[in-house]
Amino acid sequence: MEKLFPNVKWETIFEATQETLYMTAVSVVATFILGLLLGLVLFLTSKGNLWENKFINSIVSSVVNIFRSIPFIILIILLIPFTMFIIKTMLGANAALPALIIGAAPFYARLVEIALREIDKGVIEATRAMGAKTSTIIFKVLIPESLPALVSGITVTSIALVGYTAMAGVVGAGGLGNLAYLEGFQRSQNDVTFVATITILIIVFAIQFLGDFITNKLDKR
Amino acid sequence: MIKLSNVNKIYKVKNSKIHAVKDVNLNINEGEIFGIIGYSGAGKSSLIRMLNQLEKPTEGEITIGSKIISSIKGSELRKARQEIGMIFQHFNLLWSRTVKDNIAFPLEIAGVKKQEINRRVDELIKLVGLEGRENSYPSQLSGGQKQRVGIARALANNPRVLLCDEATSALDPETTDQILDLLVDINKKLNLTIALITHEMHVIEKICDRVAVMENGEIVELGSVLEVFKSPKAEITKKFVRQVMDPSENENVIAHLKENHPTGKLIKLKFLNEEVEKPLITTLIRKFNCEINILHGKISQTHIGSYGELFILLNGEENEMQNALNYINEYGAEAEVVIQNGKTIS
Repeated sequence: MEKLFPNVKWETIFEATQETLYMTAVSVVATFILGLLLGLVLFLTSKGNLWENKFINSIVSSVVNIFRSIPFIILIILLIPFTMFIIKTMLGANAALPALIIGAAPFYARLVEIALREIDKGVIEATRAMGAKTSTIIFKVLIPESLPALVSGITVTSIALVGYTAMAGVVGAGGLGNLAYLEGFQRSQNDVTFVATITILIIVFAIQFLGDFITNKLDKR
Repeated sequence: MIKLSNVNKIYKVKNSKIHAVKDVNLNINEGEIFGIIGYSGAGKSSLIRMLNQLEKPTEGEITIGSKIISSIKGSELRKARQEIGMIFQHFNLLWSRTVKDNIAFPLEIAGVKKQEINRRVDELIKLVGLEGRENSYPSQLSGGQKQRVGIARALANNPRVLLCDEATSALDPETTDQILDLLVDINKKLNLTIALITHEMHVIEKICDRVAVMENGEIVELGSVLEVFKSPKAEITKKFVRQVMDPSENENVIAHLKENHPTGKLIKLKFLNEEVEKPLITTLIRKFNCEINILHGKISQTHIGSYGELFILLNGEENEMQNALNYINEYGAEAEVVIQNGKTIS
């Protein structure tokens, strides 16, 4: 081990992994909530649906599109004043969170919208015919009936977020990306870069496996 | 029970208007099974959806019981909807819920207590004959079973009205009959008013008391099923009646009879209801000095009575035959001379 990876300090790797996992976990949870909300608004205000409203739909849709098109690395820089305002620093894992969430939530919102559109319109109609309130339709029909697609969507988004954390790492957020860049690339320690990459790969595979497993468990179709 | 007055529905599509339902006036009585038949695009779907305001009428008033359905909204509308059951062509069950939970859904919406829900669900499962399938998911059920779940779900909140939107159109003939039997059964047991739409005359024939025929958004014919079957007036109604009476069969029969019976009058008799059971032929033979041959006959059983056709061959003196014909008409059956001495009359 020592010979194969002479420059790797395993404690640092472990610490960086923890940071990456922390950033990913917090941003995934926040992205799920924010993306679900935006996706629901996009779906419900679209044509022929419960809150059909062209004005709100086009506003939310444009905001989502704008944030989805900004390359993540630029988004981080654009968000510096905002991050400074709420986190008070640009260093460390927490400083990466605003950019991670704002970068990923619009992407997930589109996936949520697509998932909701897949729901059989007849089921929504049947629920309306039973005298259900809109909140009942959202929580007892829209979300449960699209859950497998919502979960596979958040799986894809989580994996994208792992990639984003590595990018955020380069600008000072810590984690495996930061390690690979500073210790690996800048100091020409290829073994560090290699170990960091493998660790990220393992995280991504684990997320994909877990996501597929839950999706299959949920799907009773 | 259900009353529609001057109901209109107009859809606005880019720069044009579609008049889907035109000036419909309708009364559906309590406890009756009322059928609305029409081809797709006739407006029947819009019509039935206005009965629980899934679609709002553009004009006109709809009342169910004492509630003016067409003008209520918000919680009052939701409450009213809970008292109107509805079943659908594609069942519209939630795939994420088991049979039990699907049936429990409207009860949850109505805010019924958990214990009471369980009791009611068990009752409904028995009513529709789904014992043993409580914990299955819809994907594990056949079409007929899915519709049974749909029916149980629609009946959960003890509605007084059941709306059926092409409820059997996605089922095979045998399953269709089972579901129709179930509908008649609950109609009797619960004194439920049923309004259904369909494009199959078979459904009307089998379970409906009265029928309305829709074409281009208008009701073109309305009456008791037997009446409409016996003497359809509108062209479209005749088409629908032919669906079940199969005229091509009659044409074949007539052609065949024409060849084999060169003399005498071939008469087509139409019977309705109790006339079918009265001994017309016996009387004819006893009273008149004619030869009578029964050639071909068919009786259709509808929900409220039977309707039959009989082909007989009359041979004898012209006078005597005329008397016999007059007698038949007095008797209440409808007689039509189809062939006379080997020549087609009509």
